[in-house]
Amino acid sequence: MKQYRNLIKPYLVWAFVVIVIPLILIALYAFTEDGNEVLTFSFTLENFRKFLEATYMSVIFKSFKLGILTTVICLGLGYPLAYIISKCPEKSQSLLILLVTIPEWINMLLRTYAWMNLLSDNGIINHLLGLLGISPVTMMYTDFSVVVGLVCNFMPFMIIPIHTSLSKMDKSFIEAAYDLGANKFQTFTKVIWKLSIPGVLNGIMMVFLLSISTFVIPKLLGGGQYMLIGNLIESQFISVGDWNFGSAISLILAVLILIFMSLMKKMDKDE
Amino acid sequence: MKKNSRFAGFYMGLIFFLMYLPIAVVIVFSFNESKLPVKFTGFSLKWYQELIHDRAMLEALVNSLILGVLSCLVSAVIGTLGAVGLSRIHWKSKGALEYISILPLMIPEIILGMVLMAFFYMLNLPFGMLTLLIGHTVFCVPYILMEVKARLAGMDPALEEAARDLGAGPFRAFWDITLPLIMPAVISGSLLAFAMSMDDVVISIFVNGPRLSTLPIKVYTQLKTGVTPEINALCTILLAATLIIFIVYSLITKKKK
Amino acid sequence: MMNKLIELKNLTKNFDDQQVLRGINLDIYEKEFLTLLGPSGCGKTTTLRIIAGFEEPSDGEVLFNGIEISKLPPYKREVNTVFQKYALFPHLNVAENIGFGLNLKKVDKTVIAQKVERMLKMVGLEGFGKRDVTLLSGGQQQRVAIARALINEPKVLLLDEPLGALDAKIRKQMQVELKKIQQEVGITFIYVTHDQEEALSMSDTVVVMNNGEIQQIGSPTDIYNEPENRFVAGFIGESNIIEGTMIRDYLVAFDGFEFECVDKGFEDNEEIEVVLRPEDLDIVDPGQAKIRGIVRNITFKGVHYEILIETELRTYMVHTTDYAEVGREVGLKFGPEDIHVMCKMGSY
Repeated sequence: MKQYRNLIKPYLVWAFVVIVIPLILIALYAFTEDGNEVLTFSFTLENFRKFLEATYMSVIFKSFKLGILTTVICLGLGYPLAYIISKCPEKSQSLLILLVTIPEWINMLLRTYAWMNLLSDNGIINHLLGLLGISPVTMMYTDFSVVVGLVCNFMPFMIIPIHTSLSKMDKSFIEAAYDLGANKFQTFTKVIWKLSIPGVLNGIMMVFLLSISTFVIPKLLGGGQYMLIGNLIESQFISVGDWNFGSAISLILAVLILIFMSLMKKMDKDE
Repeated sequence: MKKNSRFAGFYMGLIFFLMYLPIAVVIVFSFNESKLPVKFTGFSLKWYQELIHDRAMLEALVNSLILGVLSCLVSAVIGTLGAVGLSRIHWKSKGALEYISILPLMIPEIILGMVLMAFFYMLNLPFGMLTLLIGHTVFCVPYILMEVKARLAGMDPALEEAARDLGAGPFRAFWDITLPLIMPAVISGSLLAFAMSMDDVVISIFVNGPRLSTLPIKVYTQLKTGVTPEINALCTILLAATLIIFIVYSLITKKKK
Repeated sequence: MMNKLIELKNLTKNFDDQQVLRGINLDIYEKEFLTLLGPSGCGKTTTLRIIAGFEEPSDGEVLFNGIEISKLPPYKREVNTVFQKYALFPHLNVAENIGFGLNLKKVDKTVIAQKVERMLKMVGLEGFGKRDVTLLSGGQQQRVAIARALINEPKVLLLDEPLGALDAKIRKQMQVELKKIQQEVGITFIYVTHDQEEALSMSDTVVVMNNGEIQQIGSPTDIYNEPENRFVAGFIGESNIIEGTMIRDYLVAFDGFEFECVDKGFEDNEEIEVVLRPEDLDIVDPGQAKIRGIVRNITFKGVHYEILIETELRTYMVHTTDYAEVGREVGLKFGPEDIHVMCKMGSY
């Protein structure tokens, strides 16, 4: 038994160096000022104060708005699909779930790029509209294009957990509900929906986290000026070079995510 | 009842259509004669030919392959040892360790990328293959660790006891019994990690060097600046490659059951 | 009997704050079929795992041929185990599983092959060598597990509820076969079970355990007929346990009457408990017996009836082939040899 303890050492070293230390470093950056030198730091809350400025608050606000919108659409479109799949015969279920996951295996850039082709001013959709005699609609570089991209990319993360909780549901619950006199609608609201809530919460959590922190999709489908939290962090590090402020934003994002997750966990328990 | 199921089928078709539309567009236009990705003017392989002669693109592909193989090998070793170790220790800090082990999957990629960039900068590490490799292990190790851990959890602890009972020392018991039994999980986890590494944009953007470029980064920069239909061809090839990996992966995981 | 092979001396074991063994003293002899019997959580499996070397005792000694071995790792002990769910290696076939131990000892391949063949023959699985172990039935897996352990020629074979996962019919058949194999190889078997019938039918010695302590050690007949305390009497078979007084040797009083018995050696007027096995009781006309009661319930059990008879003080359970109508008044008859007197003990 004791010999196995040594096995874990390489992992411990790795985890410490690559995960723990850098995270501590970021917290340090967030509370210090003066460039990117680590040895000459002085503590400050300036980075957090700066964040409260209207420009940055509006970025946060917009990120949450789009995140919630994406999550709601994914839930609205994904739940029925997960439900339909769970009603299919067992054999075709695994095939359908495979069909849901396959797009996730294909590079996100690639799917986003395809949407650029579809949505742009002289893209495929506008071309088809033109054939029908409708004048072109601007879809690219708007909230619409960003949300389409987010929904299409993250939909599987909503469908899979919901399907999991629906499919492992004991069929006898549903039969019992019918047996006790519930009609189809009541059976759904009082039994099926209630029992699938853990899956729904799981899906909401994943989709929301992914959509609130993404920066590639808004950048490509929203254009260079489009700012969500992810883009803000990226620009602070890559182009602006204010690492301290970038760290502070990351820290705030991380804390917001933690709060959100514990809220979700609490809801899960209350159910 | 019939009406219901017809509606269900229609709805399912619609959603799948939306999910697969972008992929179909990419594939179809990779064989398009015209440069404009709007109208299909005729079948042609010319974008594939151009791709083959694009030095920079091929170099990026090689970089990505090297990086993918290296990071999945390194992660396989670290992740497997970590999973086996975690299953054997009974420290008080075990809970915290398990939490840390999945932390990289909970933290948004962008924060991970930024954190690593700052860290490497502080260490004065030259940005390049090494930093990319370390960066990629951050998200590869947890995948392998989780797969192996799940496999270990499903394994009867009596199997290893039986080996020791029959005369195997701890090392032989691990090598002859535990390792062969967790091997499918190690391989499927590594394949997943390889695909993730080949696919990664966000962390790579933060930790790559000025001269080194991986395939996703190359695609990303092209998408931002200007696109040639060559990208369609490249994406189709990548898609085919990913599908192959995916099929191998699902064959392995199916066999496991 | 033969020589002492294993001696457990004052063995204790704590898991965290919980004491699972509270001072086990036990001698195990060569060629003995010894069964550790008790309800789940009584410490029988822990005792077995200490002998195998999977657990270290918190205190006490394990002597093997007079040598202390409690710190010795399992692979250095002349002991092999048949695990509860067999623990056959799923990635190896039947022959590779059986040959695993010899392979580790770097025995010549042809010798291994021969020995594996012999083992397969002994457990009745000739020609199964190339089979996939995961496709075998429970009974067949069981045989492979036994062969895999015995091929190493251990001095002791440990069996941890090996028949628990089998269905009733195969279990009966395996009981007979295990006993046969034990006599054939002539080594000590230490067998753990919670099934009293299994223990009584196979063992030379039964060790009844409860709460980390040994309750009684004895032959199956002794354990059944002369339980030393209420726990053993209650655990082994069904019984009527009645508080009473030992008036003097060969005379006991309970339920307001005095009865002749065959027990002696208690103090005069000692408070004792009496065991009356349901199958030792007969139903007679009320006039022919001291204890009388009303038939409250009768259930057909296949071979016999189980009849509950309510007297003024308690309800007696009787197993008999005679039918008795519910509501009828009857007498309960039993002879002196049917009364088993045991020491009174703390409540169980």
